[in-house]
Amino acid sequence: MRATNRNANAAGTEAGTASALVPDNRTLLRQRPLPVRIADYCKRYWQLWLMALPGVCFVALFSYVPMYGIQLAFRQYDPTKGLTGGRWVGFMYFRQFFNAPQFSNLLINTFRISLWTLVMGFIFPIILALLINQIGSTRVKGFVQTITYMPHFISTVVIVTMINIFLSPDTGMVSKLFGNANLMGQPNAFTPIYWITEVWQHCGWNCIIYLAALSSVDTALYEAAKIDGAGRLQLIRYVDIPTILPTCGILLILNMGNVLNVGFEKIWLMQNTLNQPASEVISTFTYKIGIVGNQFSYSTAIGLFNTVINFVFLMIANQVARKASDTSIF
Amino acid sequence: MSNASMTYDMHDATAVKAREESAAIPLNPKVRQKKTPADWAVDIGIAALLVLVVAAVVYPLWFIIIASFSNPSAVANGEITFLPKDVTFAGYKQVFTDSRIWTGYRNTIIYSVFGTALNMIVTMPLAFALSRREFRARRFIMFMFTVTMFFSGGLIPTYLLYKDLGLLNSMLVFIIPGAVSVWNVIIARSFFETSIPEDLHDAAQIDGVNYLGYFMKIVLPLSGAIIAVIALYYFVGHWNDYFTGLVYIRTADKKPLQVVLQEILLANQSNKTNTSNIGTTSEINQAADQIKYGVIIVSTLPLLIIYPFLQKYFNKGVMIGAVKG
Repeated sequence: MRATNRNANAAGTEAGTASALVPDNRTLLRQRPLPVRIADYCKRYWQLWLMALPGVCFVALFSYVPMYGIQLAFRQYDPTKGLTGGRWVGFMYFRQFFNAPQFSNLLINTFRISLWTLVMGFIFPIILALLINQIGSTRVKGFVQTITYMPHFISTVVIVTMINIFLSPDTGMVSKLFGNANLMGQPNAFTPIYWITEVWQHCGWNCIIYLAALSSVDTALYEAAKIDGAGRLQLIRYVDIPTILPTCGILLILNMGNVLNVGFEKIWLMQNTLNQPASEVISTFTYKIGIVGNQFSYSTAIGLFNTVINFVFLMIANQVARKASDTSIF
Repeated sequence: MSNASMTYDMHDATAVKAREESAAIPLNPKVRQKKTPADWAVDIGIAALLVLVVAAVVYPLWFIIIASFSNPSAVANGEITFLPKDVTFAGYKQVFTDSRIWTGYRNTIIYSVFGTALNMIVTMPLAFALSRREFRARRFIMFMFTVTMFFSGGLIPTYLLYKDLGLLNSMLVFIIPGAVSVWNVIIARSFFETSIPEDLHDAAQIDGVNYLGYFMKIVLPLSGAIIAVIALYYFVGHWNDYFTGLVYIRTADKKPLQVVLQEILLANQSNKTNTSNIGTTSEINQAADQIKYGVIIVSTLPLLIIYPFLQKYFNKGVMIGAVKG
C-alpha cells in the first residue's frame, strides 16, 4: 500500500514538473491505490466472473470436495462422526490391500487388460486413419467415416449384450467358429474379447484426430515426393506417418495416464463367475468392497492407490516422450 | 473463398500451359501421374482392407436388426445371415408391453433433456469466460480443471458427498453432479479462441457492448457447430449412462433405461453361460433372445435418428478438441 502511494506521488510530481513528458497510461493505471484498482477490476470483469462462477462452483463441489474426502483412506470410517471424524489409522488399509490374497491377481488382471487395450486401441486408429486418408473420393471417405463412427455411440450395456449374443455357446455366430466353445466362461478368452470389442467400438471415432492431422499435410510435400519417385507406400511412410507422429505422442501420454482406469462398466457387465479369475480388476473390486460391502475406508484406500499409480504412469510417459520427441503435455 | 478459387484457377491455367509446353514432364498436381503396377497393387490392397473394415463394423449391427424381425428358432439355428427370415414382430410386441422399459425410457428422456440443458447453460458461458485472454484468473482455473482430469476423489468419497447432499436415490443425481465436463469446456474454449475473430470483440467494445451482450448476441449465433457437437456429447453421455443408475438409484421408478436394459438383457445371461450343457435351447430361451434384439433396437433408435443430422459436425468438434487437447 505505502509503496504504491509513494510511487503514485512520485509519478504525479514527475509528470507535473516535466510537462513535456507524456505519462505512460499503463504505469499510471498500475500506480493507482489498491482499492481503486480492485473496484475497477470488478467493474470491468464482473460479467466474466459471473459466467465462469457456476461452472467453477460445480467443479469445486463435485471434484474437489471428494478429493478432500480422500483422507478417509487413512481413517477408520465412523458413520456417526462423518467423513473427517474417524480415528486416524495411517496406512493400515493400504497394508490390508497389499496383503490381501487377491492383490497380485487384481493388479495383474488390471495391467493385462489395460495394456492390451491401450496398445491395440492406439495402433488400430492410426492404421485406419492412414487407410481412410488414401481414399480419393470425398463421398466415399465420408461414407466410411460415418459407418466407422457409429458404434462409438452405442451404450456399454448394449455392446455387452451383443457380445453375449455372438459368443453364446449354442447359438452364437462367433462361438461356432471356435467349436461351440463357451468363450464368455473362459478366463483366457476374456482379455482378447475385451480389447477386440473395444477396438471395434472406438477405432473409427479415435481415428478422427489423426485424420485431422493428416488433412493439414501440405500437398506440395506429396508432389515433391512423387517427383522424387515415391510410390503410394513410400508417401505414407515418409509423409503421412511423420505428420501424425506428434499427435500420436500426445495421445499415448494421455492414454498412459489412464492405464489403470479400465472401463468399470464394461468389465462389470462382462463378468461372470466362470471368467472372474481373469476379469476381477481394481475398479470392480473397489465397487464390491465399498458400495456392496460397505467397507468405505478400505475401498477409498484402494481407489487412492489406483489414482496414484495412474499419475505415476502419466508422469513417466510424459518424461519419456519429452526426452524422445520433444512432445509433452506439461 | 475468393482466394481459394483464385489459386484453383491459377493451377488450372498453369496445368494447361504445362500440358501445352511439354506433356512429358507432369509437374502440376492436376496432371495425373501414370500408375505403376506396384501402385495398382497397393490401391487394391487398401480398398480391400477398407471394405473389410466397413463390413466388420456394419455386419454385427445389421445382424441385430434382421434378427429382431426374424423367427427366433431360425436365428437360434443359425439360418439367418444376410436377410430376415419368417418376418415377425413378436419380439417388438413383447417389448412394447413391458412397463419397465417405458418407465426407463421416460426417466432417461427426462435425465437426458434436463441434464443436457443444464450442461449447456453452465458450460458455454464458462468456456467463453475462459477464452478471454484479458481474464487473468483463467490460467489458474484451467489448471484446477485439468487436474480433475487426472486426479479424482474416487468412488467412496463421491458417494458420501452425494449422500450428504441428499442425492442418493434422487432424480437430481443424473442432472446436477455431471454439470461440467472439463473436456467439453476445453473443446468449446478452443473453438471460441480460434474461430471467433478478435476484431468482433473490438468492434463490440467500441459500440459499448459488454461481455454478456457480446456473448449472447455475437458469439453464440456464430457457434452453432460447436453447440451441436457439445450438446450431442452430453446427450449421448446421459443416454448411455449406466454407472450412475447402478450406484446411486435404488427404486425401480427412478431407474434409467440402461439399468432396465441390463436387468432385461443380461439377467438370464449369467445362468445361461454358467450352465455349460450345450443344445438345450428351449422355446423360452429363444423368446428371451427375441426380446433382446428388439430392446437393443428400441433403446438405440433415438441416437441413430439424430446421428445423421449431427454427423457433419463431428470432424469439426473433435478436431478442435485435438488442437489444444
